[in-house]
Amino acid sequence: MDLLIPEVGLVVFQTIAFLLLMFVLTKFAWKPVLAAIKERENSIDDALNKAELAKQEMARLTSQNEELMKQARAERDEILKEAKILKDSIVNEAKTSAQTEGAKLIEKARIEIENQKKAALAELKGQVSALSLDIAERVLRSQLDDKAKQQDLVASLLKNVELN
Amino acid sequence: MDCSHVFEFKFRRLIVVFTLFSAFLMVSLGANAQVDTTHKAEVGPGETTEKKKFEIGKFALHHIADSHSWHVIGDTHIGLPIILFANNKVVTFNDNDFHHDNDAKVVVEKDGQRFVKMHEKIYFASAAANEHGQYVDLDEKHHAKNARPLDFSLTKNTCTLLLSVVVLLVVFLSVANSYKKRKGKSPKGLQSWLEPVILFVRDDIAKPNLGHKHERFMPYLLTVFFFIWFNNMLGLVPFLPGGANLTGNIAVTMVLATMTFLITVFNGNKHYWGHIFWMPGVPVPMKIFLMPLELIGIFTKPIALMIRLFANITAGHILVLALICLIFVFNSYWVTAASIPFAMFIGAIELMVAFIQAFIFTILSALFIGMAVEEHH
Repeated sequence: MDLLIPEVGLVVFQTIAFLLLMFVLTKFAWKPVLAAIKERENSIDDALNKAELAKQEMARLTSQNEELMKQARAERDEILKEAKILKDSIVNEAKTSAQTEGAKLIEKARIEIENQKKAALAELKGQVSALSLDIAERVLRSQLDDKAKQQDLVASLLKNVELN
Repeated sequence: MDCSHVFEFKFRRLIVVFTLFSAFLMVSLGANAQVDTTHKAEVGPGETTEKKKFEIGKFALHHIADSHSWHVIGDTHIGLPIILFANNKVVTFNDNDFHHDNDAKVVVEKDGQRFVKMHEKIYFASAAANEHGQYVDLDEKHHAKNARPLDFSLTKNTCTLLLSVVVLLVVFLSVANSYKKRKGKSPKGLQSWLEPVILFVRDDIAKPNLGHKHERFMPYLLTVFFFIWFNNMLGLVPFLPGGANLTGNIAVTMVLATMTFLITVFNGNKHYWGHIFWMPGVPVPMKIFLMPLELIGIFTKPIALMIRLFANITAGHILVLALICLIFVFNSYWVTAASIPFAMFIGAIELMVAFIQAFIFTILSALFIGMAVEEHH
């Protein structure tokens, strides 16, 4: 059958044309095209890898920040606690010192009052005795002319004063 | 390929419809043949009715065969140059010199040599005509016995071949150029249309079969894929730039299969040849028994490649032609209603076949080459 018998002319032309086509396309189309596709794929892969790395870096930084925040917060709490203790101790100290100071002052005041009272009493005693002497003198001058009676009276008076 | 699910539903329904249509045709053709025979019997010798009958086989074979002229429209043909190498001399003339004769009845005399054309083949003309007025000697099967000059004519197929080479060059050089221009950017236009196909050849054909060695064979696989695909589709175009049956021509598929064969043979490593001549892991008598089988296998693979492409494309063309020809066989306009939709349906299938056959040829080439270069551990 004619269909199954290859014609020499077409075989020759096909061989030449196909080899030529393959040669030219390989040199000017396939190699640059495949190289460009590969390059683009590589650059896409690179970009994706970089994005992944950046994401990891971000996560790392975030966790680091959190750690720092946590530390700072703990430090703050520590400082506040210390300050509170300090404050409490200062207040207590002040309170005790104030109390002792007050007690001292009160004691001093009491002693002073006591002293003043004693002085006042002593002065009062002196005045009373002077007054009494004065009164007695006047009474005696006016009423008593008998020397003996006078001496008894004085003695009894003095006795009474001492008993009081 | 993952496209099976797309077709699954409609494809089955179409197959059912098509089967019914074929069954209907079988019956009516049979009936027609019966009518014919009875008719002939009535007429007697039936010479006149016989001549008038439309010969579908002859018509289809004429259309898928190579030709020295290119049909344009109606009775208009472009005569293509004829280049012959006859008796150590190059003889050139145009097909128009035969005045549309294809039956060896017109002799062209050039440079002292006489030629006739019969069934699109050039023969040295006989000195005198036979009883039918043909300048050839016929054998009992009506085949010419005359000697043939070496025919390097620019036939319809050769012109299509050159045209397709030019178009492929223009297309892919421009694509390569746009890769250069838009370096590192996303593809655009023709580039974005062809890049997935190039990637398909690389990722689904070359890489699975050739592994890391695929880069060396990519140029051949890409060229052969696009050459077959483009010419398959060009063959489906029924008018001028198309119309030729290039990839359905045995000469073309033979050359392509030979290329795969040569690449396989020249790249075969020692494991490959070892498996052919001294199959490891089997007893010695088996080794001897397998040797000729494997040796034949080297040749059957490319021969299968050659026949597969040729047969698929030729069969597709014949099928479309046959469906169209039904109109003339039945000589009725009513047949158009059925035969045109079915010719279109087959045309659509052929469009798919154009791609699939290019894919199959390329993937089998890659497979054969892959078997030859595979490294065993």
